[in-house]
Amino acid sequence: MDEMVKKLMREVSDVQIQPGEAYNIRNNGKSEARFSTENIRIVSKEDVSGLDIYIKPFTKHESVHIPALITTEGIDEVVYNDFHIGEGADVVIVAGCGINNCGCKDSIHAGIHRFFLGKDSKVLYLEKHIGEGDGTGERIINPETHVEAGPGSYMEMNTVQLGGVDSTKRVSSATLAEGATLIIKEKIMTHGKQTAETSFDVVLEGADSSAQLVSRSVAKEQSKQLFRSSITGNNACYGHSECDAIIMDEASVAAQPEIYANHVDASLIHEAAIGKIAGEQLMKLMTLGLTEAEAEEQIINGFLK
Amino acid sequence: MLELKHICFGAEGKEILHDVNLKLEDGKFVVVTGPNGGGKSTLAKIIAGIEKPTSGQIFLNGEEITEWGITERARAGISFAFQQPVRFKGVTVKDLITLASGTKNLTTAAACEYLSAVGLCAKDYIHREVNASLSGGELKRIEIATVLARKTQVSLFDEPEAGIDLWSFQNLINVFEKMHAETRGAIMIISHQERILNIADRIVVISKGTVEKEGPKEEILPGLFGGVTGGCRGMQEVKVNG
Repeated sequence: MDEMVKKLMREVSDVQIQPGEAYNIRNNGKSEARFSTENIRIVSKEDVSGLDIYIKPFTKHESVHIPALITTEGIDEVVYNDFHIGEGADVVIVAGCGINNCGCKDSIHAGIHRFFLGKDSKVLYLEKHIGEGDGTGERIINPETHVEAGPGSYMEMNTVQLGGVDSTKRVSSATLAEGATLIIKEKIMTHGKQTAETSFDVVLEGADSSAQLVSRSVAKEQSKQLFRSSITGNNACYGHSECDAIIMDEASVAAQPEIYANHVDASLIHEAAIGKIAGEQLMKLMTLGLTEAEAEEQIINGFLK
Repeated sequence: MLELKHICFGAEGKEILHDVNLKLEDGKFVVVTGPNGGGKSTLAKIIAGIEKPTSGQIFLNGEEITEWGITERARAGISFAFQQPVRFKGVTVKDLITLASGTKNLTTAAACEYLSAVGLCAKDYIHREVNASLSGGELKRIEIATVLARKTQVSLFDEPEAGIDLWSFQNLINVFEKMHAETRGAIMIISHQERILNIADRIVVISKGTVEKEGPKEEILPGLFGGVTGGCRGMQEVKVNG
């Protein structure tokens, strides 16, 4: 594996692969390395490009890593990864995509991830997207995440994209059975002429299911962001979505929240706020000795932490 | 020493400060008081560099700093606790105290000391965000802790007692007494509270944009509260005769 691939791999994940953990490393459309464990089996799909990842019931405290890297121009791939989480399993799944494009042709990765969560299973899903390279070709990442959360299951998805990706369309959907919980935390920063669109569509089907969607974003320069969320409550359930954006320079940000209650005990909340950094926040940090630029950086870092 | 000479400030055609002259000597504890709307907060903001005077000069240790910005003044040794502390989403109490201390890797234990000093149970607060989940009183105390952490030559506090409950108020008095005993710098507190005025070396009364009275506590305080000391009354209750 060359140095650029290793470097990109380190960047797309804050959690590195430990000896004995399951992984599949995809680079420029091919699986470069793979390791399955007794409890986590990684199998290539036969009809399309992608993987089936099977996690045995009651597997505890194991992780699987599936970074997808592109280190050249002109790649246009769609990858289908399905995660089959057995009953009572408790695992960490580390995904992420890094594109280093130094050429003039666009490189595009569309990762379509489906999660099938067994009864009482628990998943922490970490996803990070990175774009780099000085080519004129764009770095485009369009991830999709679709979740079918079984009874009593729990999934937390932390997704991060802090610059470098020219265009992204992020589509997430979930259907939750009784007692299931879904937490999604999204952090996005765009700059230049980048665009980022996020769409969440969550259906709380089962009694006592709950979902929390939290999006924090910073839009700089001439970048554009769109946040759409839809939560439907078809039972006694709790849903909360929160979109919080800092807008700077000549950027534009739109938030389009929707909540639909189809049951008298459905409790659904949406909060959305878009605004610039408050002058008083800058002033306070400047009275601590920071320059205006340092203060701005601190505020953004804290906001996206 | 910080010195203000002939400071005037106006905004929207209204004169807020007129020919204010003031010295903050090192080691001295000065309380600025007077009716609401008299220009006290504006004066503190002018010292911190948040507002620029329309005329007059400011000197720090003999060097003119009138044209200096907020950052330069902060780095030169001026701290300012806001009357209405600012909230930050995502920035923790420890982050803020670390920034204030100027040390990159302030230990949690060191940060906790500043919180304990302002009467907050450090372990409950150190990792909390400085956001809307904190009450006004909690924010005020954290604000004061940031100034304690800076350990600068000049420390300005704009109505530190506002929004603080009675128990914490006693604690606050202790904080200022300790600061007074230990600091080699100048402390300037804007306050209406008699118990804060009571621990001052000097009292400055600002009314209608001018220094109405200025002198040692023993000289000024009796005139403000009719000679009664040791209580917990606020200046708001007492009319300052002009």
